[in-house]
Order: sequence, then structure tokens, then C-alpha cells
Amino acid sequence: MSIVLAVVVVVLVVVGGSAFFVLRSKKPKAMEVGTETETKPALKSPAGAPSLEGEEAGSKEPVISRGLDGSLPKSRSLLGSALARMRAKRALGEEFWVELEEALILSDLGLDLSVDLVESVRNKVYKEGVTATDAALEMLREEMIERLDHSNRDLNLGDAPPSVVLFVGVNGVGKTTSIGKLAALLSSEGKKVVVAAGDTFRAAAAEQLEMWAQRSDVQVVKGASGADPASVVFDAISHGAAVGADFVLADTAGRLQNRQNLMDELKKIRRVAEKASGTVTEVLLVLDATTGQNGLLQAQGFAEAASVTGVILTKLDGTAKGGVAFAIEDKLHIPIKFVGLGEGILDLVPFDPKAFVYEITGEVSQ
Amino acid sequence: MFESLGGRLEDALSKIRGKARLSEADVELALREIRNALLEADVNLLVVRAITDRIREAAVGAMASRSLTPGQQVVKAVNDELINVLGGETFRITYESKPPTVILMAGLQGSGKTTTSAKLARYFKAQGRSPMLVGADLQRPAAVEQLKTLASQIQVPMFSEWTSPIEVAKAGVAEARRIGRDVVIIDTAGRLTVDAELMDEIAAISREVRPKYTFLVIDAMMGQDSVNTAKAFNDVLELDAIVLSKLDGDARGGAALSVKEVVGKPIAFASDGEKLDNFGPFHPDRMASRILGMGDVLTLIEQAERTMDEEVAERGAKKLMEGKFDLEDFLQQLRQVKKMGSLKGMLSMLPGVPKELRDVEIDDAELGKIEAMISSMTKKERSDPSIIDASRRARIAAGSGTTSANVSALIKQFKEMQKMMRSMGIGPASATKRRPKPRPSKKGRKNRR
Ligand SMILES: Nc1nc2c(ncn2[C@@H]2O[C@H](COP(=O)(O)OP(=O)(O)OP(=O)(O)O)[C@@H](O)[C@H]2O)c(=O)[nH]1
Ligand SMILES: [Mg+2]
Repeated sequence: MSIVLAVVVVVLVVVGGSAFFVLRSKKPKAMEVGTETETKPALKSPAGAPSLEGEEAGSKEPVISRGLDGSLPKSRSLLGSALARMRAKRALGEEFWVELEEALILSDLGLDLSVDLVESVRNKVYKEGVTATDAALEMLREEMIERLDHSNRDLNLGDAPPSVVLFVGVNGVGKTTSIGKLAALLSSEGKKVVVAAGDTFRAAAAEQLEMWAQRSDVQVVKGASGADPASVVFDAISHGAAVGADFVLADTAGRLQNRQNLMDELKKIRRVAEKASGTVTEVLLVLDATTGQNGLLQAQGFAEAASVTGVILTKLDGTAKGGVAFAIEDKLHIPIKFVGLGEGILDLVPFDPKAFVYEITGEVSQ
Repeated sequence: MFESLGGRLEDALSKIRGKARLSEADVELALREIRNALLEADVNLLVVRAITDRIREAAVGAMASRSLTPGQQVVKAVNDELINVLGGETFRITYESKPPTVILMAGLQGSGKTTTSAKLARYFKAQGRSPMLVGADLQRPAAVEQLKTLASQIQVPMFSEWTSPIEVAKAGVAEARRIGRDVVIIDTAGRLTVDAELMDEIAAISREVRPKYTFLVIDAMMGQDSVNTAKAFNDVLELDAIVLSKLDGDARGGAALSVKEVVGKPIAFASDGEKLDNFGPFHPDRMASRILGMGDVLTLIEQAERTMDEEVAERGAKKLMEGKFDLEDFLQQLRQVKKMGSLKGMLSMLPGVPKELRDVEIDDAELGKIEAMISSMTKKERSDPSIIDASRRARIAAGSGTTSANVSALIKQFKEMQKMMRSMGIGPASATKRRPKPRPSKKGRKNRR
């Protein structure tokens, strides 16, 4: 027990206790009570706080739409026009570099990495005396592809089948869907696949996985709702071994990496899975392409709890670029293995660094 | 989750705060750091630019005014700006005079619509309404099943059928009218903004059922794309408000700021946990003050009010003030506090908590151990821990599945804590300085929910 803990408890008691004192005496005004003296005026927002009808608010109209002639460009077209402007420029001015950096930031690569990449290309451009913008852009792409070049993106196989693949990640990123797609992909290659309904927490999670299993005609092993996920996974692996499966793909409930108890549960799932008669060859972190810099924390958290071996980057069919996956691979050396490009059963493809980099840096310049 | 953004802004501003004279370069430097802090927090680049431009304008004004404390004024400009972006009134729901009040839920895949729909239904039920859920997500496997399960957990009727999303929505509203439900929440399939067909579909649903409110569910972990998403949904649907999901994560939540700025619609509700009651109205001013390091005591108090047993909490506070707070009280309070949520989360809402303390890893499982140890003590030991000798210690350790060392540590730390409390002015010495205890009045009691 730490002293901090005790202090917090006591402070909370005081807060709670005094809240009741105060609330009792003047409940209807409860909202105004706890604010205490001088913070209140500061909290009042200035007169023009956005009203419900943003459009009618006149000068308070959202700045972005105003600034960009009424229509906010998709990041794609924004990037497109930025790039068009870049190309139009003859010399490699400061503005070019700023725009390049911003294009990277808009793709969620993160500030540090974006600055770092541009800096590095800038040095090279200077050294090699390059003066054309499209050549500089090409150098950026090379640099990015180069950084992605060292990874093994194949699905690892174990010596003792079945090869067990755990799917982990925060809520709603596409774990279950990706299992459905990967099961289909592996089946189409003639592999025998069993899926494990290791999400015993979320309502109808097992049903969802079952429907995917039907689509690709693979067996599913599930437990009761609320059952211990580790034992469901264990059972599935044992079943997989018994029926001579090549792969067991195990679903897990979505969890936020800052929830220690849930991360402990994940550790246990991995530990128990390792005791079963297969080999845990992959722990795939499923990452939603719309995720911002929190993706790095997700990767760290899950890597720590379950030794993540690869990333599946989902929802790349939308407007988000998924740049944080680049940052994850660059910083944490966790390779992106597959990408999700839709909700259909065929919409999972092996990761292609070149295509990814070209998406991030805009359409190919002539 | 916004704390770290607050910390970064604080750093950026500390350099100019006390300056008696500000050069343009000083301001630019501070603005640069503010920009970086916002970008690292996932605020959209274009929104960052808009925000820093407005701050620059205010700062230039401050410099021109030859004020004695230009640094302070810039700090104030930043504060005002943030409150302005996030700020505004707490969203208020009004109900259709001719029920039902229809609410349409929209969002990307995986943003949390289904769970949020159920949480909303639970919320309305708690407000004394009679909500109904409509499952119009016929796309994702088992989405309807999921909603059905959640609906039965909160005992709210749920409607769906295997026709088409538009038909389901229409029939759902009709059904609600027929069975006399006054709020209808329509869950829809997640869709990408580039999917013209599905965007048309939700627009058609909206035209068909004419919702009183259309809510866009946004994941708090979202990055730069938040702006595209919000704008695109707002274009086809005329959103009324945003619902933030997964606020219990450790994302810095720039998406909230971005979306607010770009569509100019308020954040009405926020979700901060997987349980169906981890949900409530979003208070922009409180969130702004949390970013600015002023804590969020109001939310904390509300949480306390919702979950704690009034009598017990009151007794604890009284004992504390009187300096008679012993391990028995501690145990009781611990059980109360545990119900409120994670300690770390609560800590972040307290004002004036130093950064070091905020960053400390707090394992809530520790609480269980402490509870076990105190539970294994006798009444007498709890009120006077000094009687606990080696043999008693061994007994307590055995009874609670801990070690003697754990027990000594607990006792030692409890003593330290008492000392610390005293030095913080909690206890009899300073009791006179605290606000007088209002006598619980009958009226106050009645007004409490
Ligand atoms: N457009 C698109 N949608 C996807 C993709 N992958 C998953 N989805 C959708 O994202 C939503 C969430 O997917 P799930 O597979 O349920 O996600 P999950 O991680 O299993 O979610 P939880 O188990 O609830 O944590 C569903 O609507 C999927 O159809 C993708 O690559 N592209
Ligand atoms: Mg799932």
C-alpha cells in the first residue's frame, strides 16, 4: 500500500462527505456549490460560446469552414492540393518543408516523427544538391519505405501445430472482423483453421464471431457468456490440436491499455495459451486507422502485457491514413502485417509498405 | 485524459508568465510550443492553426496595451481561448411535446454507437422517461443481438426486424408510439464518410423518422481524421451534438476539441467506461478547467453522490474533522470510495494535485489487500493499532492472505497519513477555519434524489 493511496482515499472521503453536507443544505443549487470561490468566474465562457445552432452564430461560425471557403477538404484532397502547390514551386523553399511536415502530421505520424523525417530528407536534399520539389518528395518516400524495410511481415508458424494467433486491441478496432477475414484467407490457402471466442465479456461477441466462422466455414470454440476467457482459448487450442488444425485464431475482448486488471487478464490468457498443446506464434495488435497518437500507448501497453508480434491496421478504406502505425513500427519495431480495407470477408490484405507510403504522401507526382 | 495536454500547455506558458516585457519572439516561441502541445494531443492541424491564430491576435493586443504583466495576459488569452473552444453550456435535452422524442445515432465503425445507445437509454430511464431501443444496424454480424442483450440488461424494450435499416427505423418509431414509449433511440450501422451509399442511407433514415436529435459518436482516441468525419456527417445529417466515447482511456482527447471547433456543436454526453452506467452529460466548462489544471470537483462530487452511502460518507468526514478517524472508519470509507471508480481517475479530477502525484501508478487491486487486512483486525485493533504486536500481526497477515510486513506497512502508513492530514489542516486544529457544518434539514433531505 502506498501512502498516496491512503491520502487519496481520505481526500475523497472529505470531498464526498462535505458534498453531502453542502448538498443537504441547498440541494437545488448543487451545481454551484463545489466550484469554490475564485475558479468560477474563470470557468464562465465568454459571451459568444458556441450555441447549438453553430451556423447562425455569425462571427462565431466554426473557423475551419470559414477559412477554407466553405468546404473542409478531405485530408486526401487537402494533401493533393498541398502537393500540387509544392510541385508548382520551382525552388525548395521553407514553405515546401512546412507543407510536407503538415502532410505527415495530418496522416497521424505524430509531431516528432514528422519533424524528424522532414529534417532527415532536408539534410539529404541539401547534401545532394537537389532542387526540384518532386525529387525531394521522392526522397521522402524512399526514406519512409527504407524505414519500413527491415521487418518480417509473414505470419509466423510454430513447430508444433496448431499455430496460435491471439488478437488483441482496444474496443471496436476490428478484432473480431479481422479474425473472420484471416480465417477465410488461411482457409483459402488450404489451411485448417479453428477460431476461439475469447471475448466472453461483450454482449453478443461470440455470436458475432460465430457468424464469421460460418462465412468461412471454420470451426468455432466458445464458452458461456462471462466464462474465463483464458480457458476458452485453452480449450480451443486443445480442440485445434485434436482435429489437426494448422491455426487457432483467438478473439479477445476489447480493452483499454490503461486498465491494469484487464491487461493482467490478457497476460493470463497468453500464459494459459502457451500451456496448451500448440505454439503461440503471433499476438496481433489490431489498430484502427483513425487512431491518433494514443496508438503508440496502445502498442506499448499491449506489447508489455502480451508481447505483441505484429499489427493489423484496419479501416484504411476510410479517409484516415493510419500514420501512427508507421510510428509504432519505427519506434517500437512492431511490424504491420495486414491491413483491413473494408467489411467484406476478402478485405484483409498483406501490408504493402510502398502503397502505404504513397497513400500518406499523396498521389504519385509525375 | 486531458491532463497531459494541460501539463504541456503549462510548460509552454511558464516561460512567459512572469515576464515584464514580451518580445514578438517570446510570443512566437510560446505559440510554437502551444501548437506542438495541441498537435501531440491529436488536435487537428487546421484547428490548431485557427486556435493559435486567435491566441496570437489576443497576445499582440496584450503587448500593445503596455500592460504591466503582458505574460499574464497571454496566459489568460490561452485560457480564454481553450474555454471558448471547448466551452459553452451543458447540453440540455428537451422532449417532444408529442412523444416520442426520436434520437438518431450515427458514427464510424467501432466508435461505440451500440453501447452508447444502451447507455443513453439507461440514462433516460433514470430520468424517469420510458425509452425504447431500435436496432437498425443490420450490417454488422450480431449487432442486433448485442443491442438486444444490452436492452434486456437495462430492462428497456428493443425493436428490430430483418427488413431494411430505413424500414426498421420507421417501424421502430411506430412501435414506440403504439406501446407508449416516449424516447426512441435508433442505433445505426457504422459507416465511412467516403461510402456515399451508406451516407445516403442514413440521410434517408433521418428524413423518414425526423429525429429530434442526431448524435454523432466520436471515439476520444481519434486522430487527425476527426475533423473530416465530423464535417462529413454534419453535412448530410445536421448534427445536434457529439457524444464522446472511451473517455476513460489515456488519449489526450484532441479530437473533442477538433470536432467541437469544426462543427460548432456541443459535446452532449461522454462515456467513460464499459459499464452501462459509466456515462453522463458532458460539462464543457468542467472539462476546460480540467485541462487547465483546475480539477473537476463537480464531477467528483456527483460521482460520490451517485455511489456513496450518504450516512457513511458523512460520518467519515465528521470523524476526520474531529481527528478521530481510525482504521475502522478508513475501512468503511474505502469500501465507499471503491464504488466510485478508479482512484487514478478520481485523482485527476481533484484540483491542485501535483503532477508527480497524478503520474503515480495506482493499482486499484491494492485496495482489496488493504480491505482484507483491516477486515482481519479486531474492533479494538482497528481503533487503536498501537496494540498490534508481532503475534497479532501474524494473525492478521494469515487472515488476510498477506504478510506481516504488509501489515506493519499498513499501520505505519496509516499513522503517517494521520500526520499528513493534520498538516494539511484536516482535523481538529483547524476545524474552526472550515465551513460550519450545516445542520441537515428536512427540506434538504427531501430534495435529494
Ligand atoms: N470500413 C471498415 N470497417 C471495419 C474494418 N474492420 C472492422 N470494421 C468494422 O468495425 C466495426 C468493429 O469491428 P469488430 O470486429 O466488432 O471490432 P472488435 O475489435 O472486435 O470490437 P470489440 O470486440 O467490441 O472490442 C464493425 O462494424 C466492423 O465491420 C475495416 O477494415 N474497414
Ligand atoms: Mg470483438
